[in-house]
Amino acid sequence: MRSKFLLGAALMASALFTAPTMAQAPIKIGEMNSYKNFTSFLDPYKKGWELAVEEANAAGGVLGRKIEIISRDDNGTPGDAVRVAEELVSREGVSFLIGTFPSNVGLAVADFAKQRKTLFIAAEPLTDKIVWDQGNRYTFRLRPSTYMQTAMLIPDAVKTGKKRWAIVFPNYEYGQSAAAAFKKLIKQQIPDAEFVVEQATPLGKIEAGLVVQAIADAKPDAIFSALFDADLAKFVRESSQRGLFKNLPVFTLLGGEPEYLDPLKDETPTGWYVTGYPWQYIETADHKAFIDAYRKRYNDYPRMGSVVGYATVKTAVAALKKAGSTDTEKLVAALKGLEVSTPFGPVKYREIDNQSTLGAYVGRLGIRDGKGVMTDWHYADGAKFLPSDEEVRKLRPAD
Amino acid sequence: MDFSSIVVQFLNGLAGASSLFLVAAGLSLIFGVTRVVNFAHGSFYMLGLFLAYSLAGRFGGTPTGFWISLLVSALVVGVVGALVEIVILRRTYRSPELFQLLATFAVVLVIKDVALAIWGADSLLGRRAPGLSGSFQFFGKVIPAYDLVLIAAGPVVLGLLWLIVRRTRFGRLVRAATQDREMVGALGVNEAWLFTGVFFLGSFLAGLGGAIVLPREPANLSLDIAVIADAFVVVVVGGMGSLPGAYLAALLIAEVKALCIAIGDVSMFGYTVSFSRLTLVVEFVVMAVVLVVRPYGLLGRPSATPRAQVAIMAASRPPRGRWILLVIAVLAVAPLLIDRYSIVLLNDVLVFALFAASLHFFMGTGGMISFGHAAYFGIGAYAAALLLKRAGLQMEVALTLAPVAGGIAALFFGWFCVRLSGVYLAMLTLAFAQIAWSIAYQWDALTGGSNGMVGVWPAAWLADKAAFYWLTLGVTVVGVLWLWRMASSPFGYGLRAGRDSPLRAEALGIDVRRQQWFTFGVVGAVAAAAGALYAFSKGSISPDVMGIQRSVDALVMVLLGGVHSLVGPLVGAAVLTWLQDEIIRDTEYWRGLLGLAILALVLLLPQGLAGARDLWRRKPA
Repeated sequence: MRSKFLLGAALMASALFTAPTMAQAPIKIGEMNSYKNFTSFLDPYKKGWELAVEEANAAGGVLGRKIEIISRDDNGTPGDAVRVAEELVSREGVSFLIGTFPSNVGLAVADFAKQRKTLFIAAEPLTDKIVWDQGNRYTFRLRPSTYMQTAMLIPDAVKTGKKRWAIVFPNYEYGQSAAAAFKKLIKQQIPDAEFVVEQATPLGKIEAGLVVQAIADAKPDAIFSALFDADLAKFVRESSQRGLFKNLPVFTLLGGEPEYLDPLKDETPTGWYVTGYPWQYIETADHKAFIDAYRKRYNDYPRMGSVVGYATVKTAVAALKKAGSTDTEKLVAALKGLEVSTPFGPVKYREIDNQSTLGAYVGRLGIRDGKGVMTDWHYADGAKFLPSDEEVRKLRPAD
Repeated sequence: MDFSSIVVQFLNGLAGASSLFLVAAGLSLIFGVTRVVNFAHGSFYMLGLFLAYSLAGRFGGTPTGFWISLLVSALVVGVVGALVEIVILRRTYRSPELFQLLATFAVVLVIKDVALAIWGADSLLGRRAPGLSGSFQFFGKVIPAYDLVLIAAGPVVLGLLWLIVRRTRFGRLVRAATQDREMVGALGVNEAWLFTGVFFLGSFLAGLGGAIVLPREPANLSLDIAVIADAFVVVVVGGMGSLPGAYLAALLIAEVKALCIAIGDVSMFGYTVSFSRLTLVVEFVVMAVVLVVRPYGLLGRPSATPRAQVAIMAASRPPRGRWILLVIAVLAVAPLLIDRYSIVLLNDVLVFALFAASLHFFMGTGGMISFGHAAYFGIGAYAAALLLKRAGLQMEVALTLAPVAGGIAALFFGWFCVRLSGVYLAMLTLAFAQIAWSIAYQWDALTGGSNGMVGVWPAAWLADKAAFYWLTLGVTVVGVLWLWRMASSPFGYGLRAGRDSPLRAEALGIDVRRQQWFTFGVVGAVAAAAGALYAFSKGSISPDVMGIQRSVDALVMVLLGGVHSLVGPLVGAAVLTWLQDEIIRDTEYWRGLLGLAILALVLLLPQGLAGARDLWRRKPA
């Protein structure tokens, strides 16, 4: 009796304080990801979006309604992902979709969104195609693409003045486009650069000893790598054990993300150029607020995935606020040019290709207290590492 | 590349071969004696590495502590393996052949989630061996000291195993059981403990193979699947049951890999051939070549004709006509009664039922095993997508031509495969499937590479989910009935004769090989039809449609449903799809839960789901 009374009182009180729409059901958002296939990144990612949802709801929700995220595992395959997306949209009645990790799943869901005329905010897929070759008006992407992150390493790579490059990458779309983008961008700046060896290694199954030796035998002056996770760890250990690449500049994409840096501990190769996330040192107000809330909630430090999850939901909330509705067309219109505040600072979803201008931190690896850290880092604003509008228009089909 | 580089790369290859040999040797022993196709072997390897990470991290500061930690890790894995045998597998030996595969598949799922719960998701880079963390000079190149340990480990373990197998009573029993299991039992040997002992030894070797690479390989959750395929390849290339063969095969594969990486890119006639990309499938290419040339592997011998063929005998008779009509009627009106998502889910069930039925025909009636059935499913899907998107054909035409493509591809693969038998045949189908997969994965310009293709949507009149569902239902019904009918046609009878008694069938004038070859074409076409439907129902495809996981799924469906019954694969497809869809929603540890659910079914219904009815009828004596 008593509890019912209290509940009633609470409801009445909240109705008094908020808009008359309070009695409405929560806004449902469908979230899907390959939690079992890329756990090391997606575990923190989930914590990130959960935190953002809690914050949004503590602040009274959006449009007077609470946010509710319905999360599903997409099993890492496009086929299952499309089925899960269908379930979220038609059975759960979500207003729109967010999430996904691997490129092929992201592209499949993007195409589903186009077919179904549903909004999809791709959180993590790095493939350039999701906003360019195969872009569509219903799909927006948060993270800086493979092209953008590769471009962020180019200024330092050009500064080294090296001409003989070795390239090593995991043999799938992400690695292939990183290698292609690197070669193209370096050639633009150093026309006589040559690529003396290219190693495409099976994802997660690099034969590091062999690859390291093959690269050394080609006698490069510098190395570009797109390896990450276990492949990166093996590559680092095998090269340091053989004392190779000690004096060579090495550029490795994503190498500074805590997910992939932390396992290296005191073996972190100092001086390597990386993109990543130096969470320990970022002092901006946006980041301070984020990291304090995250630590308080989870008693753990955030990883790159945490930022992605958090910023994705921030995007969703901002879009809902701006659209003032859960109508797909209104949301799509709202996301065009939408400005969102993220832990990395304010970002904008570009009108031209639905890509956000979220950037990444670029720096060099170092060791502090037996742990890998980023040093000499700076924030590379995503907006500055995109091709010209003219080029983008050529790449992207008209909506 | 100079001479010293070649020597150094050769040594690197040797180091890589050892761990692979240990795992493969364990797998070979287990299969030889118990005939269990142990999917969980890769999980034992992974477990060994995780345990070694924890133990060596704690006690591995000194050389003694380090080596004892590795040994203890391997022993613990051995005990786990023995427990799996005692608690689970021992209850399934009377089940149809390959049924144990289902149980070990469930164990894979469970171990993965247990490891996730204990060690978490991050890659864990283990401690370097104390005293061996450095390197030394060799021809002006550098070789890590620990690599020498690895190089030595392979031959040393091979020698020890040889002593055990040749010089001890246990080894004598192992050899005897490998040759003739029934006879060993008849002579009064306690088979149960022999099996447990072999499982202990085999799992110990897998665990040791994992533990020993601690300083090279970060422990992570994807190793189980990565390793199991390689281990199978090594066992088969070497020749089943041959330990020196396994070592030779491990060496061959490691060295070919080393060669591919050392060569890198080569420009020939204006084209650049990337040998480093070839490492994606090199072990399967090696296996295909070896098996085509030597049908029993490098050092294997043709197995003696088994005394009692525990054949996968499928019931020949389909269910009664009125039951079939009733089921079709219910399925046909279903879309009017259920929500949109249920239609989509049911559509998946039908597609997988057709796919599983084709595998069931191959196994049950054809008497062959396929580990690479996804190849035809995937070729159907890709053919449909390519005809629609690249050739610009209409969706209806693409859908009709896809089975033709699948059938032709299957006939091509089958031409090589039917020269083999048993597990060798199964592994050659896997090799072809992997090669097909890698082509789809690499040929960016045509197939879209690892991203695959999007925009593969059906024609406008089928855009409605219910309309497309009726199309799927129609194709599935026709396909399944066609397979059922064929099972009791003269062709089917001939096939079954060849399955049950190849010699007699030959004597009667049946060309068994040709019958089997046609079977490839038939199931290839049916699986491809399922693949094409799958592609159009999803709107996009990527190489995973023909990945190992999909082949395994098909096997699980067939085994779960029960190979004895024609409706088995249909039931299995429905149950597995439904289980996944249900469980995936409930918990973070859905994989482990799915594994437990399958284990429960395995232990309760050792004849498969469709065998439940027989169990009901045949009251226990």
